[in-house]
Formats: sequence, C-alpha cells, structure tokens
Amino acid sequence: MGDMTIRPEDAPVVTTEVTESEVLAATPTAAAPGEARDLRITDSTLRDGSHAMSHQFTEAQVRGVVHALDKAGVQVIEVSHGDGLGGSSFNYGFSKVDEFQLIKAAVDEATQAKIAILMLPGLGTVHDLKKAHAMGASVARIATHCTEADVSIQHFGAARELGMETVGFLMLSHKASPEVLAQQARIMVDAGAQCVYVVDSAGALVLTDAQQRIQSVIDEIGRDGAQVGFHGHQNLSLGIANSVLAYQAGAKQIDGALCALGAGAGNSPTEVLAATFERMGIRTGLDLGEVLSAAEDVVRPFIPRLPWMDRASITQGYAGVYSSFLLHAERAAQRYGVPAHAILQKVGEYGYVGGQEDMIIDIAIELRDAAERAAVGAEGASGLVVAR
Amino acid sequence: MTANGSGAPATGAARKGTAAIVGPGNIGTDLMFKLMRRSDIIEPRFMIGVDPTSDGLRRAASLGLEASAEGVDWLLAQSELPDIVFECTSAKAHAANAPRYAEAGILAVDLTPAAVGPYICPPVNLDFNLDAVNVNMITCGGQATTPMVRAVADVVPVPYAEIVASISSKSAGPGTRANIDEFTETTSEALEVVGGAVKGKAIIILNPVEPPLMMRNSVFCAIPAEAGEAGPMQDAILESIHAMVARVQDYVPGYALRADPQFDPARELWQGMARVFIPIEVKGRGDYLPDYAGNLDIITAAAARVGDIMIAHRFGVASTWKTSAELGDLGDLGDLGAAPGGEHTAYEQKAGV
Repeated sequence: MGDMTIRPEDAPVVTTEVTESEVLAATPTAAAPGEARDLRITDSTLRDGSHAMSHQFTEAQVRGVVHALDKAGVQVIEVSHGDGLGGSSFNYGFSKVDEFQLIKAAVDEATQAKIAILMLPGLGTVHDLKKAHAMGASVARIATHCTEADVSIQHFGAARELGMETVGFLMLSHKASPEVLAQQARIMVDAGAQCVYVVDSAGALVLTDAQQRIQSVIDEIGRDGAQVGFHGHQNLSLGIANSVLAYQAGAKQIDGALCALGAGAGNSPTEVLAATFERMGIRTGLDLGEVLSAAEDVVRPFIPRLPWMDRASITQGYAGVYSSFLLHAERAAQRYGVPAHAILQKVGEYGYVGGQEDMIIDIAIELRDAAERAAVGAEGASGLVVAR
Repeated sequence: MTANGSGAPATGAARKGTAAIVGPGNIGTDLMFKLMRRSDIIEPRFMIGVDPTSDGLRRAASLGLEASAEGVDWLLAQSELPDIVFECTSAKAHAANAPRYAEAGILAVDLTPAAVGPYICPPVNLDFNLDAVNVNMITCGGQATTPMVRAVADVVPVPYAEIVASISSKSAGPGTRANIDEFTETTSEALEVVGGAVKGKAIIILNPVEPPLMMRNSVFCAIPAEAGEAGPMQDAILESIHAMVARVQDYVPGYALRADPQFDPARELWQGMARVFIPIEVKGRGDYLPDYAGNLDIITAAAARVGDIMIAHRFGVASTWKTSAELGDLGDLGDLGAAPGGEHTAYEQKAGV
C-alpha cells in the first residue's frame, strides 16, 4: 500500500490497479451521453436528513430539494424515513408525511435523477420495498449492521426481481475489521447487490480506517464488477476527507447531504464534496453553482438547526455511536435530567447498534438512578447534595 | 405402546403421547429437554433433521430418541407415528409439512412464523380451541411482548402497539436470518390478534456485541391521554402489567421488567395519545443454552406447555405441566447432562429461532 499519509500537496492517487478506461466503463450509466464521470454522488438529504428534521419533512420541502438536486445533475436522490422504509414509529419518531407520499412526489419532481429508498431488514419488509417501487423508486439501498449481511438476502433478491438497481449498506463499518467487512460485502453481492457501501454511521472512521476498509471490500467484490461506495458522517469532521480517500482507493459511489443535513453532526455536505472533487479534477457531473444554490437557497432556510460537531456528536464519533441516536439522547437527557453525552458514551460502551434507540431510555434511567444514589450517598456523608 | 396418532383415548395412567421434534437445532434440542423435564404425558420419541452431522441429532440419539437425518419423509414412513410433532425448522418447511401432518392425524405445534394455525401465547390465550390440530407459537419476540400488550389492552384501548426485539446475533439462527420479514409480519399480526392492539408493528434487531446481550424487548403502547398522567387509570395499567409478568414467570423465570414502565404524556405527533414504554429482559435458564438466549427459552417453554395441554385434551387426561417453581433450581436440564459451554457455538450456528 505504501505511505498512506495524505499531505495537502499530494495529487489524487488511485491505489487500486484500475486504468482510466476501466473507471469510465464502470461509471454509472445514468450520466448524460458524452458526459464522463469519475464517480457518482448520491444525495441523502431527504433520507439521512430526516433524522435531523425529526422526520418532519413536508411534501413541499421534498419537491424543492429534488428539483434543485435534479437540476444540479445529481443522479441519485434518496428519499425515506431516516431509519428507512417503515421507520415511522414510536422508537424512531413518526413521520409527519407518509414516506410513500414523499417518494411519489420526489419521483414526480425528478427529470433525470433516480429516486432511491433505504430499507433495514428487521424493520422494513419486502412489502414496503414493493410499495416504494410502485411509487417509482428505482434504486434499493438495503442496510444491515456490518456483521449481519445475511439478513438482507431475501430483500436483494426481491429488489432485483423488481428490476431495481441495488446497493448494500454495511452500517457502523468501524465495528468490523477490513477482512470481515469484505466477507460481509461478498454475502450482499452474492445476494444481488451491485454496489456495497462502507457506511461510517458513527462518523468514527479516521482516514486510513476508512480507506483500508474500502480497499479490502474492493479487493473482494471488485473483480465481479460490483462497485464500492462510501457514506460518511461529520462527527469527527472527516466526512469529506474520508470520501476523498475512499475515491482514491477506488470507491465509485459517494454519499452526501446538502448542508450536511443528516444524523449526528451530519453527513459529508454534498456541496463541499462537489467543490472538493472539482478542485481535484475529479468529475462528479455536478454543476457546482447549482449545488451551492441548492444548499444555500433551498435547504438552509428550512433547517431548524444546522448539524454541528458539539459535545454530544463528537462523543458519538469518538465512542462509535450510531449517529441517529443524537436527538433521541437529547430528548432522554431532558426527560431524565442526565447529560446527553453521558448517555451516548454508555451506548458506545454497551455496543448497541443501529435501531436500538429504545436502549437510550434504559441508559437514561440507569444514569438517573445512579446519580440519585450518589447524591443520597454524598448527602449522607457530608450533608451536601452533589451537583450533577 | 401404541402411537397411531388417531386420537385414541388413553389406555392407562402410563399412556404417554409420543412426540417428534423436527429440526434438531438450538430450538429443537432445548425443547427436547423441556419436554422431558416438564411434561409427564409427552415422551419425545423422534428427532428429525436433514444433516447427518448435526450435533442435535447426536445428542438426541444419546438420550434414547430415534434420530434420523432423512427428514419428514422418513418420519411419516414409520409404522408408529408420533401423536404430536413440534416443528422447529422454517416457515417455508412448515407450510409444506403442515398438511402432511394433518393428513396423518398428527397434532402440530409450530415454532416457526408460518402461522398455519392460530397464534398461541400461554399467559394470554391458553383457552384456545383444543380441537385445533395445528397451533402456532408466533415468534420468540411475540411470546415476549404480546403478554404486555394484552396486559395494557385489558385496561385501556390500545390503538397502536409497537415492539422492538433485540437479540444477540449468536442466538439468531439461519431460519430467522433467511426470513426476517416473517418474524416482523407474524409478530405484528400477533400484537393485534393476541395482544389486542388495533394496529401492531414489530421490529427485530440483531446485535453481535461480545459478551452477547441478553434478549431485550421494548413494548410501546399508545394509550388514552388520561393514562399518560398519574392516577387510577395509570395505576390499573401498572397492576395489570405486573400481574402478567408474574404469569409469564410461571414458565419463564428469567422474564422480568428491566425498569419500571415509563409513561409519557400525550403529544400531538402521537395523535393526541399518551404512551407507555415497557422494557422487558428475558434471561434464559442458562443450563443447556447460554443465558443470553432467552429468546429460545421463551418460545420452547411456551411450545412445551401448549403441547402438554393438547396431548392432555386428546387423551382425556389432566395436563401435567410443571411450573418453574416446581422444577426448582435444576431447571429444564435436570440431570440429563448439560452441554459444556464450549459446545454451544456449533449449535448456535445451526439454530433456527
């Protein structure tokens, strides 16, 4: 692999042995004729961003974002509840507008972009997938925890049968070694995935951690013509840098979200990805001016709170906690009078995975009870109540 | 001893119903021990698999069962058929096998999510139609959560109930993994049919963390706004929950509230309803299988109990079911010989929840 240190003066290095013609041949075919792309950006503002919006997207917002992204040349736009199809629930938060209605509106609004959906087996079902397909969604992104790929086999089969493009999502990829990740990617490809993403759900991968995982997955599935993608989070502010490293290792699909709108400290901002790749001479096929406008003029005005690297979200990156736990931890913190970052730290210690938002309540109760016991103990000893 | 499966009445006090366990994975093996220890009227006679190298088959043979790797065809070709079969394979396999069992006059207790017969959850609806020839044990998550939904719905209307079942990756066998949609769909429906919710939703999460996490279920019920505030209605719900927990503990002693039920006041986003959150932990008995596998324990205990009742009805004798308290500390393994801890992994790989 050679020296993996990245210096600002370094030119982009493709660390896999692929020629430019192979790169072009593998570039997704949705590009306009004659328009070459080195990678494909998928925008997840309307899916991962659903977390940051507490799943309260309106149809008008969805139409506005899809219109702007479509105009900017984004080829794939993901629309779903933040936790994927069927995510509207007590545990993850109820959607304001039915996600199938939002998917239908997005399909209606797009002229060239494909509309993708996310689904997590165990939460969403093939029934939901078929319904999304009937609404016009044409890319199925199917997500499992990074060691549990075999629960997605029936869903990849169903998606391929429906004629959908398929993408596998290995969530919380930092929790698996590059070798294990490659084996899990193999399971998804054998089940029908055309691309497998290394998904840094916790924003916990630090530079070479990301690149080595991409490399390992490419080594395993690249020879079958399957692509590899990267989905970054900003909890440690490395979404863009990891995306660049992923591309240099051979990733062909990269996720972003306008204004970073996503779980935790947000996703790699699509507009920064577009600017950075353009600056590096890497062709995304995106119109930078239009993407910047989509972020600034369309999304920014309706965001209640910009995703940010604060104490809680940095803790998520540091402790390896699924990013969507952030707002749930904040709510539990308020309800039970314990700090959100302390809850998230515990989530990391206990090794909870994506979808276990209910455990946040357990931990908040546990922390509250422990604090009360400590307070009583301190009072008994010194007559003073310990400040929490 | 005759075992013609034709519903012949008992010929004497010693008359036992013979059982076949189809699927020698974790579930099937655990169930074998439970039947041996907990029922005086069921004799596990056959263990049926398809893989000759199965540890479950070997273990069954060493305990005196007839073990065959030649599948249900072999079982149905025997001159003496079992009175009752416990299906521990997959929903697809049971859907194919169910009519064959029925035709042969064999009762079927289905531990897959196939849902051919009515859903049964012992603490909720043991008063099922005893003439049923096929009953379904829902799912492990369904056994753990429908009693809680029922406990709430017995006091107030529950327009919506949602459960999240978190189980350790090690206790989720290939059956569950290959058909995870069947888990969610069957459990959701049982929350309505058995739990009494108008609408049910089920979610399952597999967690690979080491050491493995204990089976954990969260139950959320939408309840009237009044029940979201402290008062008699809330007290009545709490009382009903605690009573139901005790009923489940009768056969699954490791079933417990992880914390007090949490009431949240009504919200607009919840269509003006309030919410109760009930955190359940299920610790397995930890004798045959590791204690984190409470998901296996709860469904095999339920199946053994229901099987005992069905055989008692068919033979016109009293049910002989032993509660956990009656079994005492020895639990379901008794002196039958525990598997050393090191042997678990091979079973776990073959398990089907």
